[in-house]
Amino acid sequence: MYPEELKYSKEHEWVRMNGNIAEVGVTVFAQESLGDVVFVDLPEAGTEVEQFAKFGEIESVKAVSDLFSPVGGKIVEVNSEATDRPEAVNEEPYGSGWLIKVEISDTAQLDVLMDAATYEATLE
Amino acid sequence: MTSESQNESLKKTVLHAKHVEAGAKMVPFGGWDMPVQYSNGIIAEVKAVRNTAGMFDVSHMGRLEFEGPGAESFLGTILSANLPIIKVGRGKYNFICDASGGIIDDAMVYRAGDEKFLLVINAGNTDADMDWINPHLKGSSGFTMNVITDDTAMIAVQGPEAVRIIDELTGDAASKIRRFRIGEAEMNGIPATLARTGYTGEDGFEIVVAADQGVKLWSMLKEAGVVEAGLGARDVLRLEAGLLLHGNDLSTDTNPFEAGFGRFAYFEAPGCIAGLALKQLSTQEQARALVGFKMTGRGIPRTGLNILSGGTSEIDDSNVIGIVTSGTHSPTVDGGIGMGYVEKKYSATGTQIVIDVRGRLVEAEVVDMPFYKRGYKRG
Repeated sequence: MYPEELKYSKEHEWVRMNGNIAEVGVTVFAQESLGDVVFVDLPEAGTEVEQFAKFGEIESVKAVSDLFSPVGGKIVEVNSEATDRPEAVNEEPYGSGWLIKVEISDTAQLDVLMDAATYEATLE
Repeated sequence: MTSESQNESLKKTVLHAKHVEAGAKMVPFGGWDMPVQYSNGIIAEVKAVRNTAGMFDVSHMGRLEFEGPGAESFLGTILSANLPIIKVGRGKYNFICDASGGIIDDAMVYRAGDEKFLLVINAGNTDADMDWINPHLKGSSGFTMNVITDDTAMIAVQGPEAVRIIDELTGDAASKIRRFRIGEAEMNGIPATLARTGYTGEDGFEIVVAADQGVKLWSMLKEAGVVEAGLGARDVLRLEAGLLLHGNDLSTDTNPFEAGFGRFAYFEAPGCIAGLALKQLSTQEQARALVGFKMTGRGIPRTGLNILSGGTSEIDDSNVIGIVTSGTHSPTVDGGIGMGYVEKKYSATGTQIVIDVRGRLVEAEVVDMPFYKRGYKRG
């Protein structure tokens, strides 16, 4: 449910580091709470985002939720599969349902994120 | 966010434990703890109702029985229905309007016998309805009013397979009840009142049984292949079918004529309290109209968003021409659909409009409702 190699935010987003590129998505808890995801609104590549600032919106049949970036930096890629086929977020939240990739200059910002066990404990 | 702790004051239907057992997500609705969706999700539930059959616990809706020689004339004063022309076994959609023609609630009224009526009202409006009805009871006579909400359970079974399934459970009695009519039947030994009405745009029944038979009926229906569906699917289905939701599309600040449902606002019953106001409203040009619209750009309309005139590229108060009252993503239409009130001149089919989706301007087009229509078989 909550892969060990990822870092988590209290807003239920995850981060996967690859060099200085942070891949970002929502957690299983988030997609289950939302229910069927039917719309994902993401910024264009090149946009700067601050850590914990809103970067987009995700909508289920019932409701709208804001997406908050667990890391700050320049968005270098957005996942068009998530916007074209939003159910990917339900199906594979840690895989094909990823949302953005952020280039980060300061990896210290990862220190304020949670590991899998700590995040999972907040859900109970 | 534990639901148990904060929902202690909410009422529970007799099916509550069945919903929890089935893994439903429970939410407060109109003072009740109700299932918003089950484990397969809203889209799967919508598809079940459109393709086979789904069932909804609607036990939270208010049910009032009026019986006696004075029932018809009393109901004529508080409703907007032409009751004398409603024959035994027939039902009619109508409004409960205040003295200025504002809509307190929308309701179904059925004539269950010569001098017996069943009134079904919205759960969330039950208090407002009773506050409206009770003062008028004083000085009225010749009938009794019984609130049977807690004594009964009510289950809506809707979808293209619904009539066949209910027929099998009633020894073919159900299909003899035609659309918008009401009748009695036994469902595997359970005495039931079946109304061939609903809130989904599909054929089917709303079934009332004694409260202690509710669980048995629910289990019987599930065994027959009917899929559980919650309030989330119900809202999508009714919107696709162009049916209004009081609290969203209707309120005491709206009247039946601007909502486009003037034909359900009968105002000539003797002593009809809203009669004079409704008669005046019926002759007036309405300043605004309720329209349906479909998103042509990327976005989902939601209740409370502003509607702007077509071509708007910058948000400016002067461009606001209306407000969204209902909106969702429609799995059946596969896109964003909504309803809202707009200034009359923007209400024609085909008018281009813009929805202010939290600062993002998304194009939409006024379309005819319903968004979805099933061709009913006669009978």
